[in-house]
Amino acid sequence: MENTQQTESKIIELKPFADEMVVNMGPQHPSTHGVLRLELKLDGEVVREAIPHIGYLHRCFEKHSENLSYPQIIPFTDRMDYVAAMNQNWGFCLAVEKLLEADESRDFEVPERAEYLRVLICELNRIASHLLSFGTYGMDIGAFTPFLYAFRDRERLLLLFEKVCGARLTYNYIRIGGVSEIIPLEPGSITEQNFLDEIEAFLDYFEPLIDVYNELLTKNSIFAERTTGVAVMSAEMALNYGATGPNLRGSGVDWDLRRDEPYSIYDRFDFDVPVAVDVPELGSVVGDCWSRYKIRMDEMKESVRIVRQILAEGLPSGPVMADLKAVRPPKGEIYFRSEAPRGELGFYIVSDGTPKPVRLKGRSPCFSALSALQELSQGLMVADIIAIIGSIDIVMGEVDR
Amino acid sequence: MSDFRAMLASPYFNVSEGFFPNINLQDGLNWAEEFIQNVVIPRLPEAVAAHFPVELGTVLVMFGCAGIFVGVFPLLPLFLVLAERKVAARFQNRTGPMRVGPWGTLQTLADGVKLIFKEDFIPPQGDKFLFLLAPYIIFACSFAVFAAIPFGQNILVSDFNIGIFYIMAISSVIVMGVIMAGWSSNSKWSLLGSLRSAAQIVSYEIPLGLSILTIVMLVESLSMQEIVATQSNGIFSWLIFRSPFTFIAFFIFFISAIAEVNRTPFDLPEAESEIVAGFHTEYSGMRFALFFIAEYANMFAVSAIAVTLFLGGWEGVLPGYDILGGLPGFVIKTLALVFLMMWLRWTLPRLRVDQLMNLCWKYFIPIAFFNILGTGIWGLIFPEDTLISTSISCAIIYIGLIAAYKVAGRSLAQRPAPQPS
Repeated sequence: MENTQQTESKIIELKPFADEMVVNMGPQHPSTHGVLRLELKLDGEVVREAIPHIGYLHRCFEKHSENLSYPQIIPFTDRMDYVAAMNQNWGFCLAVEKLLEADESRDFEVPERAEYLRVLICELNRIASHLLSFGTYGMDIGAFTPFLYAFRDRERLLLLFEKVCGARLTYNYIRIGGVSEIIPLEPGSITEQNFLDEIEAFLDYFEPLIDVYNELLTKNSIFAERTTGVAVMSAEMALNYGATGPNLRGSGVDWDLRRDEPYSIYDRFDFDVPVAVDVPELGSVVGDCWSRYKIRMDEMKESVRIVRQILAEGLPSGPVMADLKAVRPPKGEIYFRSEAPRGELGFYIVSDGTPKPVRLKGRSPCFSALSALQELSQGLMVADIIAIIGSIDIVMGEVDR
Repeated sequence: MSDFRAMLASPYFNVSEGFFPNINLQDGLNWAEEFIQNVVIPRLPEAVAAHFPVELGTVLVMFGCAGIFVGVFPLLPLFLVLAERKVAARFQNRTGPMRVGPWGTLQTLADGVKLIFKEDFIPPQGDKFLFLLAPYIIFACSFAVFAAIPFGQNILVSDFNIGIFYIMAISSVIVMGVIMAGWSSNSKWSLLGSLRSAAQIVSYEIPLGLSILTIVMLVESLSMQEIVATQSNGIFSWLIFRSPFTFIAFFIFFISAIAEVNRTPFDLPEAESEIVAGFHTEYSGMRFALFFIAEYANMFAVSAIAVTLFLGGWEGVLPGYDILGGLPGFVIKTLALVFLMMWLRWTLPRLRVDQLMNLCWKYFIPIAFFNILGTGIWGLIFPEDTLISTSISCAIIYIGLIAAYKVAGRSLAQRPAPQPS
């Protein structure tokens, strides 16, 4: 008996207030999407404050990079947003290529074929990433089945990626000046044709399924109850926190780097940028969890459109790598941003003319979006925290780098 | 062989009266004694028979029957867990467990063996006594419910005159076990889960009880067998069709029952993505298995109660077609409801705490009260269950369903059509 009292008094000492419960959600928790730790201050089920603690997956990516040559950094970018690693590779390569272009003595251009392959693979990767987001969001809200449907479809995409680069998750496919040639797709060969046919078969299979998933989850009234009107992020707030990508468009800001600052060959394709609108039938207002989630569902359709255009044109023939003797950018600095599935991925590189960067900084879209969590979650319930984390779609590998 | 025939010919195995012997506990003592006197003693050598302790034999026979009961029902969750996994797998384009035994049929057994051998962890900071006690309370209560459920004409433990009241009372005790488990674990997730569970079960008991009340008003009895007996004239005499109000009551009962047994969309007490595993987060090994078994036993129990109250119990679809004392029909109907629960679980997301309470207090309880009023008026107009009252009731239900379908269809049509891309 005495023993029990002792332990009880211990517990009370730890509590700041008698009626406030401090709960650690994470870093090992089923739905913190990795190793996010949230310090929840609860008043019953109501959240007074949710303080995110990050850094459990910190791998010193930026410091590491200072001791590596540029091509050696690419595999490290794979580990940032490992759900959409192709886009991370691409973002880094784009920045380095931009830096290389400043060197006037060197005349190089990324080959046409490589550009097409990059867009093709990265848009497929975007679908794979959004599929994961869709599946895990369903699971966060309590529906288990969409998760398995999403993984079933994602599996087909991963098999396609395996065909071009031999890896399923960390691809290291897009290189500075082109794409990897480890598993060559000879222009006009049967291998290439099979690959394109498989993509087409996947699109034909997958496109109608988006509507099926919308019927299954998006328009489900319980799902709508849980996500509409929850954690409304106004356009102003989204801009202030630096939220980008689907989170920004979910708040009604019409901004997509692929269209507004076209890099690579995005200006050649015809696609729409989905922006959130009020959906009174379901009770959704611009900026709530449902809007952010819906943007991803719509973006998958747009990615399908882009890939279909590439398939219709066919891949141009030619080499897939520019003739770069060595990657030795001139002295200078560059910041380049691209539209990754989770938002604006930026790389800031300072070069002193050696093969290694002096300083490298990655701008992570998830990090910015996560910073809004504390303000979004005030006064909501524990279940809503889960809905917010899922809707801003964070990948901890990228937040912590 | 002749012995076997003689046994069949004896009144205790009379096929014409129902295949199973009457193991009704009310006159069970007499039955067991008669079984000893008339079946066992004549078969014994005379020297033994003269000194055979009839009383002891009677008690032994009764223990034997209880043993069958206790032995059979815990096997039910084994089957249901496998069924759930297989059903879920089919919904999700998978095959489910396939490795252990033919088509994975022994998987649950293997899991059970694994759980027995796992470490039995007790949180050192928690309340040890309550922690150890909680699973037994939940386990015992969920199986005690089976005592009052009539599985067939003569297949029930006891037909006591407050049957349905007893079920309500016993199933309410489960919440005590849940709170004990959550509190004694000394884990915040457990505490949150158990309090959610307590609030949920206590709230949903009200619409549950009120919808049972509509049945009790019509049958004028709390005895489960009498409730079944009023539904003996085929499908249209089932209480669900007795009046439009019982039809509504069935849905309130069933949805509340899903909430009572903590299944999706009301699985907040053990919402994995929110509070890890709810009140049984800290339990491991066989104690966890007890919670798990109790959960599936509960699921079967509430389906069985729904079948007994609303869907004719062990009575057949056509009058008189209660094969083998009505047991197969009863099990099929119950498993159909269990399947419905599984279907809902693998389709729907989960509600939030406040939405759950809204649904109960703002919709179900007012509707349930309205139902009681309506049932009273219905009972005044049609004191007896006649062909006319059934026809009127079925007509109203039919019109109501059509209207509901039209309204729901219109709201579906208002939704934005999928954009062709």
